[in-house]
Amino acid sequence: MIAEIGQFVLILALVIAVIQTAVPLVGAHRSDTALMRVGSTAAIAQFILLLISFSALTYLFVTSDFSVSTVARNSHSAKPMLYKVSGVWGNHEGSMLLWALILAFFGATVAIFSRNLPAGLRARVLGVQASIGVAFLLFITLTSNPFTRLSPAPADGQGLNPLLQDPGLAFHPPFLYAGYVGFSMAFSFAVAALIEGRVDEAWARWVRPWTLTAWMMLTIGISLGSWWAYYELGWGGWWFWDPVENASLMPWLSGTALLHSAIVVEKRGALRTWTVLLAILTFGLSLVGTFLVRSGVLTSVHAFAVDPERGVFILLILCFFIGGALLLYAWRAPTLKAGGIFAPVSREGGIIFNNLILVTACATVFVGTLYPLALEAVTGEKISVGAPFFNATFVPLFIPLLIALPIGPFLAWKRGDLLGAMQRLIVPLGIVIVAIIATYVLQNGGSILVPLAIGLAFWLIIGPMAETAFRIKFLRVPFSETLRRAANLPRSSWGMMVAHLGVGVTVLGIVAISAWRVEQIIVMSPGSSTEIAGVTLTFNGAKQRRGPNYSEDAGSFTVTEKSGRAYPMEATKRVYTRQSMPTTETGIHYYFDGDLYIALGDRHEEKAGAYTVRIYFNPLAPWIWFGTLFMFFGGAISLTDRRYRIGAPKKAKVKSKTMGVQAA
Amino acid sequence: MKTILKLAVFFVLGWQLSALPARAVEPDEVLQDPVLEQRARVISKDLRCLVCQNQSIDDSNADLARDLRILVRERLKKGDTNSEVVQYLVDRYGEFVLLNPRITPHTWILWFAAPVTLLLAIFWLFRASRRRKAQMQKPPSALSEAEQKRISELMQGE
Repeated sequence: MIAEIGQFVLILALVIAVIQTAVPLVGAHRSDTALMRVGSTAAIAQFILLLISFSALTYLFVTSDFSVSTVARNSHSAKPMLYKVSGVWGNHEGSMLLWALILAFFGATVAIFSRNLPAGLRARVLGVQASIGVAFLLFITLTSNPFTRLSPAPADGQGLNPLLQDPGLAFHPPFLYAGYVGFSMAFSFAVAALIEGRVDEAWARWVRPWTLTAWMMLTIGISLGSWWAYYELGWGGWWFWDPVENASLMPWLSGTALLHSAIVVEKRGALRTWTVLLAILTFGLSLVGTFLVRSGVLTSVHAFAVDPERGVFILLILCFFIGGALLLYAWRAPTLKAGGIFAPVSREGGIIFNNLILVTACATVFVGTLYPLALEAVTGEKISVGAPFFNATFVPLFIPLLIALPIGPFLAWKRGDLLGAMQRLIVPLGIVIVAIIATYVLQNGGSILVPLAIGLAFWLIIGPMAETAFRIKFLRVPFSETLRRAANLPRSSWGMMVAHLGVGVTVLGIVAISAWRVEQIIVMSPGSSTEIAGVTLTFNGAKQRRGPNYSEDAGSFTVTEKSGRAYPMEATKRVYTRQSMPTTETGIHYYFDGDLYIALGDRHEEKAGAYTVRIYFNPLAPWIWFGTLFMFFGGAISLTDRRYRIGAPKKAKVKSKTMGVQAA
Repeated sequence: MKTILKLAVFFVLGWQLSALPARAVEPDEVLQDPVLEQRARVISKDLRCLVCQNQSIDDSNADLARDLRILVRERLKKGDTNSEVVQYLVDRYGEFVLLNPRITPHTWILWFAAPVTLLLAIFWLFRASRRRKAQMQKPPSALSEAEQKRISELMQGE
């Protein structure tokens, strides 16, 4: 019964989405307020219906109703409750329903929170947003119905992939999707603006909170995935340049570019057409990501050719929306008014530099990910494009951007003063030089690249702080005045500082783990010990244990520090009974300066009770993910900025004069 | 196999995976000479485990990856240079074994598409800014007679 209700409201949501596409767009065309108002009501209705549908599927998973095919294939009665719930989106059908739900959620927020949007623009945004909903709801009902019944129902389910039975990964997909789908708002705003033929400062102000929200979610989603790979896959890698990761990195890169170029539109009215194009491309890349992951084309070109139904459908959605939007763009963009002019060295110039690098980096990832597929499809020739390729192309491209990052916010709009900016950065520059020399001395010679990279990380952390210190006249005026200025500094400005220094924190973690990781791969017998990174690690032997739906070999270790303090650690090797699939549960002890990381390997064939053990010391590893948290909270702080809360499309002329420049 | 596992995470269609989590280099493979071993690790990171997806033989626990790791170490012990070892493997398994493809005509697009895009974008920006500047410097065109007349009319009207 519940499955049928879920199915029924899903179809109802599709019908509502069709109405939400057609009526407001016609209404906006005829300037008919009554028709336009239908958009908001429909958006809220569509969201509620999809919420009911999604709740129905969740209920089926929680109660383990194996008469439903999706549940039978992806759940199991013995599974812990958390994974029964996360199992809802841990499969193709459920995750597509989540996609549609988030899409409708964003549409509903426009209906609820954007009362002050001009009625025409709001109607068009809702219409375009709903048209994407129509496409995906059709996709779900025609090719991926989550409510299909099985007859006869099996006694128990096949279980969720063990790798998904992990708290970190349970919440990875919702964040990732919120990011992917969130960029649909930027797309809808861009297409609506093209239809209206008007892109101005007010438009940029409305579109930015959505872009920022999507970007924050995507940042956390990618970060969770990377952290999971780090502790779960058992050898301490944190980024693999694997096509699935690249699929999420591409929209992140172009979304970051979009976030910045929209500032220029909002503040200076320049870069309008470019920003609209970026908004279209960013959502396009989200769709490309969905296509790559959902179609099976990554496993092999042949697998895709054998069962192309879903892949071709998503490809059609992709071509229709992105092709259509680009056509509209080609037609309407030339009519958009060009904005203010500026010198090459200026805040605008800096953001163009940012966009240039981010978009090229994105193109590098795009070509690197898709070229092998294209080459094989066209010529049948197989080549490999892996981590070494991206390290050789992406990394050198990104470094100039990182060097320029702290300088940009010091440049004034229209015409900046590079020398002046560098003078204001003299303190960070001094600290960077000390850091480089100190690193060089501490590492006892060796490659100069590592100290330079550490210097870059310090530059990225201290530079943004120096910018804020300059704004609030830290140490240059009485402290009470500094406090007053700090209180008056726009939240977006604080957000920018936090997000930018987060980049530095991440870079510091990356440099440290790449340069100074210590690795030992040894066979350990019970009672034997080894030394790594200043601690002594003793293996106490492994014993068999049973969990709710797995059995495991649990290796027990004792770590003794130089000070004499000792603590236990555990690293296990699990086999999930239902799938007879092994996973590693690594033991990680977090120190301030890095992680002690143990992965239990195979049992030795001859020596009794001995195991292969992989031990790593990963310096500053957690900083990689701390940095992304900084980026997330930077975005969050910026989101609370006054001008988004009041939302009135007035230019705060007086304010911007006294504040000089305010940035993201 | 790591990649396959990661893919599985995304599509999880009830696949039965025979793959183990990556456990890579085993203790018995490691060479006595640390310099040679270090070279072997560097080379291994750029070689694909042919039966895996996008994974180097250094990270993979597949049997084939193990055989290749041992092969690399044997070649090194025989005195091959790094590039000789790589060439030996390319001769045996083809270009597919390289995770970092060589620059040859069929990988031109791969290697040069992004840099060329960047150069074109810079060129275009440069031209656009020149054009803008030229437009700015052009003196405003003189008023036509009709405009002159209208102005004097307005002035007189004051």
